[in-house]
Amino acid sequence: MRAMEFRGPYRVRVDVKPMPEILHPRDAIVRVTRSCICGSDLHLYHGMVPDTRVGQTFGHEFTGIVEQVGPDVQNLKAGDHVLVPFNIACGQCHFCKQGLFGNCHESNPSATAVGGIFGYSHTAGGYDGGQAEYVRVPYADVGPTIIPDWMDPDDAVLLTDVVPTGYQAAEMGGIQRGDTVVVFGAGPVGIMAARCAWLFGAGRVIVIDHIDYRLEFVKSFAPAEVYNFKELDDVVVFMKKTTDGLGADVAIDAVGAEATGSMLQTILGKRLKMEAGSAIALHWAINSVKKGGIVSIVGVYGPTGNMVPIGNVVNKGLTLRANQASVKRLLPRLFDHLKAGHINPKAMITHKVPLDDIADAYHLFSDKLDNCIKPVLVPSAA
Amino acid sequence: MMEEKMASTDLVAPPTGASVRTSSGIVDTSSIMGWGVDADPRNDPTYSYRDRSADDHSGEWKRPEQQPVQVEVLQSVEHKQLPAVFGTSSPPRYVSGMMRRAAFRWSESNWAHWMLLMGADRVNMVEGLVEDLARGKIPNIPKEIGLPAEWRHNKAGLARKIGVAALIGGGVFALLKLRSPSNKDKSDG
Repeated sequence: MRAMEFRGPYRVRVDVKPMPEILHPRDAIVRVTRSCICGSDLHLYHGMVPDTRVGQTFGHEFTGIVEQVGPDVQNLKAGDHVLVPFNIACGQCHFCKQGLFGNCHESNPSATAVGGIFGYSHTAGGYDGGQAEYVRVPYADVGPTIIPDWMDPDDAVLLTDVVPTGYQAAEMGGIQRGDTVVVFGAGPVGIMAARCAWLFGAGRVIVIDHIDYRLEFVKSFAPAEVYNFKELDDVVVFMKKTTDGLGADVAIDAVGAEATGSMLQTILGKRLKMEAGSAIALHWAINSVKKGGIVSIVGVYGPTGNMVPIGNVVNKGLTLRANQASVKRLLPRLFDHLKAGHINPKAMITHKVPLDDIADAYHLFSDKLDNCIKPVLVPSAA
Repeated sequence: MMEEKMASTDLVAPPTGASVRTSSGIVDTSSIMGWGVDADPRNDPTYSYRDRSADDHSGEWKRPEQQPVQVEVLQSVEHKQLPAVFGTSSPPRYVSGMMRRAAFRWSESNWAHWMLLMGADRVNMVEGLVEDLARGKIPNIPKEIGLPAEWRHNKAGLARKIGVAALIGGGVFALLKLRSPSNKDKSDG
């Protein structure tokens, strides 16, 4: 089969790889119909995630047709069209039992801090991902969900990660009616977080980024107030001024390790890798939120450490909330929102690219060329 | 002030050293005066993404069947046992594999673990190139780095990058030429 292969930082290609096989009674083999490149794939692409090995296939956002199931998978059959949450979750460990499907303890040998994730380095389990024609799906009786007839496949593929992550970012913000919410990052997750903040009753939603075309998009899509931080003298002072000197009630970090905006963080975190990426967005979130406020973190960081003003977290009495999205837990609610027309994820898709052109798609997305917001890959076998 | 507040409550501090311990050394909570009197189920910062009612405070659960180990799997020392399923992509090999094996001697809390893995990733990149060449495959690096997309959508940026690369390359070349023995001889002579 044809599949994406990582060859080193900034280098990917499509190559022929062996067909995946059933390796566990709860596995399924899925023929991929759509697969996204996620903003967090760029951390792998840029060589920022430890134990990202040459030859691995990325891709944790995908839908597909079930081709084959293991003997213990009773809820799926060949021919079912499914969306596959990015978390690989057993459904029965200490954490899955509590709904923490992003923190499964039975899917990742390499690390205990994160559960298994498709195509996301060996630090997340060493699985090949969905940027391929076929993919092995472990615990297929837990994660994969049949796509209802009424659902557009383009919406379905975005329900595997970006929509639930954006929704959970807003949910973890504990937003109360009338709250001011500031979202750092106008990538797909930040866009969805801004949209979902309204569902929780936000009174004001502000999005901060430096990419103008993305700010323009979120301005109408969310809709939100938008600001380019490169046009502001000081983001934190601006946030204080626009909130009567108090700060936002809730701040969401939807950027993570690749944040722009601080030369020091860029050098230490992105160039020298002395930190787990640049944490300037989180720094701003902590300093922009009001005393007693809540900071919700869904931006992805590496496993080492970051320079953030933790003293201010203490002095301001902040609550930090963070996690990988628990996709399976959120899917029923998100299906409701989609059906009711409260969210329109597919509007974020700007590029549909054949799998064979994957290197171009990564480069477009990474360098923000051609007004790219969300690229979707379509294998020829789809 | 604090003393007044303390005096106004009914709490009695447990006598030091009077708690009862189980055979494994864990304090028996029934021996703690006032244990749990301020527990409040509403005080749950993990709402709504964690169902704490399902937390039995036990590290035991009905484990899924174990996936057969057919490739080398590196396991975090923080794991009690090998998780039931795992990926089989790109098992550790060559020099980078040796570095990865060494890294897994340390816990996830240790920087040496992650720095060795990052180092292994860079070595692995070179191994990938060598492997390609050994198979008679010359990697199409311009295509792999997305140069066609750069050409289509960012010609000015591409020209700038080529210009910067040419400047740096020219500078390095000039520096090397200046330091070459023949030049040195000339200047010495």
